[in-house]
Amino acid sequence: MKPIIRIEGLSKVYASGFKALNDINLDIREGEIIALLGPNGAGKTTLISIVCGIVNASGGRVMIDGHDTVKDYRAARSLIGLVPQELATDAFETVTATMALSRGIFGKKPDRAFIEDVMKSLSLYDKKDEKIMALSGGMKRRVMIGKALAHEPKILFLDEPTAGVDVELRKDMWNVVRKLKASGVTIILTTHYIEEAEEMADRIAVINKGEIVLVEDKDVLMKKLGEKQLMLHLMQPLGAVPPSLAAYSLALNADGTLLTYTYDTRSESSDITQLLDALDSAGIEFRDLETRQSSLEEIFVNLVNSSQVAA
Amino acid sequence: MNIYAIRAIYAFEMARTFRTLVQSIVSPVISTSLYFIVFGGAIGSRITEIDGISYGAFLVPGLIMLSILTESISNGSFSIYFPRFIGTIYEVLSAPVSPFEIVVAYVGAAATKSIMIGSIILATASLFVPLEIRHPLTMLLFLVLTSITFSMFGFIIGIWATSWEKLSMIPTLIITPLTFLGGSFYSISVLPEFWQKVTLFNPVVYLVSGFRWSFYEISDVDVSTSLMMTGLFLVVCVAILHWIFRTGYRLKK
Repeated sequence: MKPIIRIEGLSKVYASGFKALNDINLDIREGEIIALLGPNGAGKTTLISIVCGIVNASGGRVMIDGHDTVKDYRAARSLIGLVPQELATDAFETVTATMALSRGIFGKKPDRAFIEDVMKSLSLYDKKDEKIMALSGGMKRRVMIGKALAHEPKILFLDEPTAGVDVELRKDMWNVVRKLKASGVTIILTTHYIEEAEEMADRIAVINKGEIVLVEDKDVLMKKLGEKQLMLHLMQPLGAVPPSLAAYSLALNADGTLLTYTYDTRSESSDITQLLDALDSAGIEFRDLETRQSSLEEIFVNLVNSSQVAA
Repeated sequence: MNIYAIRAIYAFEMARTFRTLVQSIVSPVISTSLYFIVFGGAIGSRITEIDGISYGAFLVPGLIMLSILTESISNGSFSIYFPRFIGTIYEVLSAPVSPFEIVVAYVGAAATKSIMIGSIILATASLFVPLEIRHPLTMLLFLVLTSITFSMFGFIIGIWATSWEKLSMIPTLIITPLTFLGGSFYSISVLPEFWQKVTLFNPVVYLVSGFRWSFYEISDVDVSTSLMMTGLFLVVCVAILHWIFRTGYRLKK
């Protein structure tokens, strides 16, 4: 399938000499939710800002639905809605006025009914005539999303949408995002909350120090996540795994005191009972056992650390 | 052409004007009325006629120009500095609008407000002094051209400024002195010859002189020269804006 966003060899060096992005290549599929996951300062916001036209790239290019974001910026930008990280709102304007402005700027004919629908979907309708400065932080965040949706974008960028947002609003936002996805909108979400990526995304791209470290379907990542390990601390060190246990995926540590069994928690049976029976038959005794499961967080931290070591 | 964008930005900017009606319109009218009372009435009655025109009437074009220059620069600069300051500029930068459309919308709204204020001051002035406008079309041309040019100049200042202090620096340190020394309150023919020549380097002289000519057919410099100088300043502003948007100066990192 043709990607709706194609990022090719994108790099950014700021005037200060800071290299924010280094040769980013990424295809984003139409209709998916992709989470850009990375620590603070990884380059997530710079990447989004270049795609949306707020920051100039130093090299490479971005195509939106076949339109170059520089040469054919009108066609490219009209497809995009952006919810930036910072709460930047026209404090003295009403919710309706600021949303009407957003719709107009993006070249859409005024449509009061549509704007009201967007407000309703964000539970903003009863605040429509209020000045933005009178709203709470969470409500302002909704207004920012409303502004981005006011011009019916095909692609929505959410830069840290739930940073500093309470649990209830976070759940609300996730629901809005799900509805948008169902209506065919492609969503790019940056976050450093792994939980958010896990909950929402179809795919996850991990970005660190201006480079994409990994792009993977969430399910594949979750499969790695589904892997669990049973660790058996043996009474007597083993020289090697006995042939009678070859059927199990077992690993023995260097000094032969720790036997590790890796299994999938989501498969029908984990064969743990059989393994324990087999160990008993082989006369292997253990003094302790523990299980561990790698979380997405752990995968993420490992990735980020290994990319730092490589750099 | 993204007409909806121009309309939306223009309407949004004008809405602010009407929301802050007292600050936007009433205060310049009051301050100008004070000028008329003090200079036109109290002091003006002791000043002899200039080129056959009473001092009060002579003041009117200069005072309107003074207000238009100040208002255009302040509106033009605020309209773009404020979104930069509060961060809402992201939306304009990420929207499918061309620099031309952005300038037309913001500068258009700032200039509209200046023209409105100029017209209101003109109407107010007619209450204090007998007015005649011999060349209404030329008057209108100067009014519109000056409003657009100086709103554009203000827009440039609004992009250049990185603090509120800088935003008011050029109007206070450069424009106000140039306006006061540009023949708003006197004919430059009253100056010693040397200073008359120096004054010709002040662009405001041409604006005030041309504008005054459209009222009373008296001017310090030839009206076509005035028009040319105003046009020249407009071209300079357009060139600077062209450069700003081409390089992303102060707008894009």
